[in-house]
Amino acid sequence: MGEKKWIILNGIVVGLIAVMLVFFGNPVNMGLCIVCFIRDIAGGVGLHRAEVVQYVRPEIIGIVLGAFLMALGKKEYSARGGSSPFTRFVLGFIVIIGALMFLGCPLRMVLRLAGGDLNALFGLIGFVAGIGLGIVFLNKGFTLKRTYSMNKYEGYLLPAINVILLILLISGTATGILFFSKTGPGSKHAPIIIALIAGLIVGGFAQRTRLCMVGGIRDLIMFKDSYLISGFIAIFVTALIGNLVLGYFKLGFAAQAVAHTDGLWNFLGMALAGFASVLLGGCPLRQLILSGEGNIDSVVTVMGMLVGAAFAHNFKLASSAKGPTPYGKIAVLLGFVVVFAIAYLNIDNSVNIKVKGDVKIEASGN
Amino acid sequence: MKLLEIDARGRSCPEPVLLTKKGVENNPSGVKVMVDNTTAKENVKRFGKNAGYKVEVEEKDGEYILILSK
Repeated sequence: MGEKKWIILNGIVVGLIAVMLVFFGNPVNMGLCIVCFIRDIAGGVGLHRAEVVQYVRPEIIGIVLGAFLMALGKKEYSARGGSSPFTRFVLGFIVIIGALMFLGCPLRMVLRLAGGDLNALFGLIGFVAGIGLGIVFLNKGFTLKRTYSMNKYEGYLLPAINVILLILLISGTATGILFFSKTGPGSKHAPIIIALIAGLIVGGFAQRTRLCMVGGIRDLIMFKDSYLISGFIAIFVTALIGNLVLGYFKLGFAAQAVAHTDGLWNFLGMALAGFASVLLGGCPLRQLILSGEGNIDSVVTVMGMLVGAAFAHNFKLASSAKGPTPYGKIAVLLGFVVVFAIAYLNIDNSVNIKVKGDVKIEASGN
Repeated sequence: MKLLEIDARGRSCPEPVLLTKKGVENNPSGVKVMVDNTTAKENVKRFGKNAGYKVEVEEKDGEYILILSK
């Protein structure tokens, strides 16, 4: 136990909060879903016009601000960036395309499993396979190169934008700026204050523990390190118990909340999301936390996800409860081509030079 | 005994850990790793301990030097 105590506690808190948010109004098995909520925000600010998924989710605002405040308080805030920013933008875009094929980020995948949604099993298998693919390239020397220090105010911009979004959200329909779904998943949400506090807790806590779904499986495979995956398991167990107690648990494939039953495309969607995420160094939740800590590369990744979500709905790439769309299938396959190219073209052989005796490894590999 | 030096500053995880792993595979007696963020520091430290090394950490101007030795 020892050092895992905090991340297990973090997992329990996230699992509890996720179930509670459903109790307070979020869609079933969607107490927390980074991808779905970024997609809703893209709709909320009018970047796409899918009327059933438009809402500015306070959970996202809370997670960014929670991580920002915690990092500031713990003196871990540091503005840095410059590690292949546009490649990260593209990878973020592709993570969203894969995740919206499946209908959920890795966190929601765990929550869907904990709700008895067996379709998420195909997602999980795909996710692990995608991470495995990414690890092959990491071991070959894949790198997006180093980051550099930046002016600290650079990292204040995203939290500031989130404060503005919060003010607009609280103003509601009065300003006429934001879009709010009247039906569908976007119309189902917990009260603003509850969702915001939930986000602040998750963001602050996960900043401390580095909770990450992709990292959990990656570290287990690469280093036999079970630290991060402990959080993942704690979320599953807690949400499972919570769902059983509150009666949300429904075992099976058919008629699950905001899900479809196409196993192959659930697998491929999450394989793509896992592959791209492992190259980015973390799942969508982790990217959001890092973006609050001043990591500008993660801010750019989150922007890629936001734009990707808008494209996913403007061009009918995202799945619905009816299943995947033909365009979505094409987009996922193209996504694989692009991620393979990025993975291959960013292998840096200079890092792989075998060292003999007292030789330095220069990881900066310019 | 010479320590292999690894400069992993600016690298985001898992790269610092991967470089450390490669480092100890090449030089099992120990390595010296430079990183510049706390996540990398913690991850390299945890890797070192799991691999059976004694880990010392020095902090200097927001950068960390970790010495893994047997």
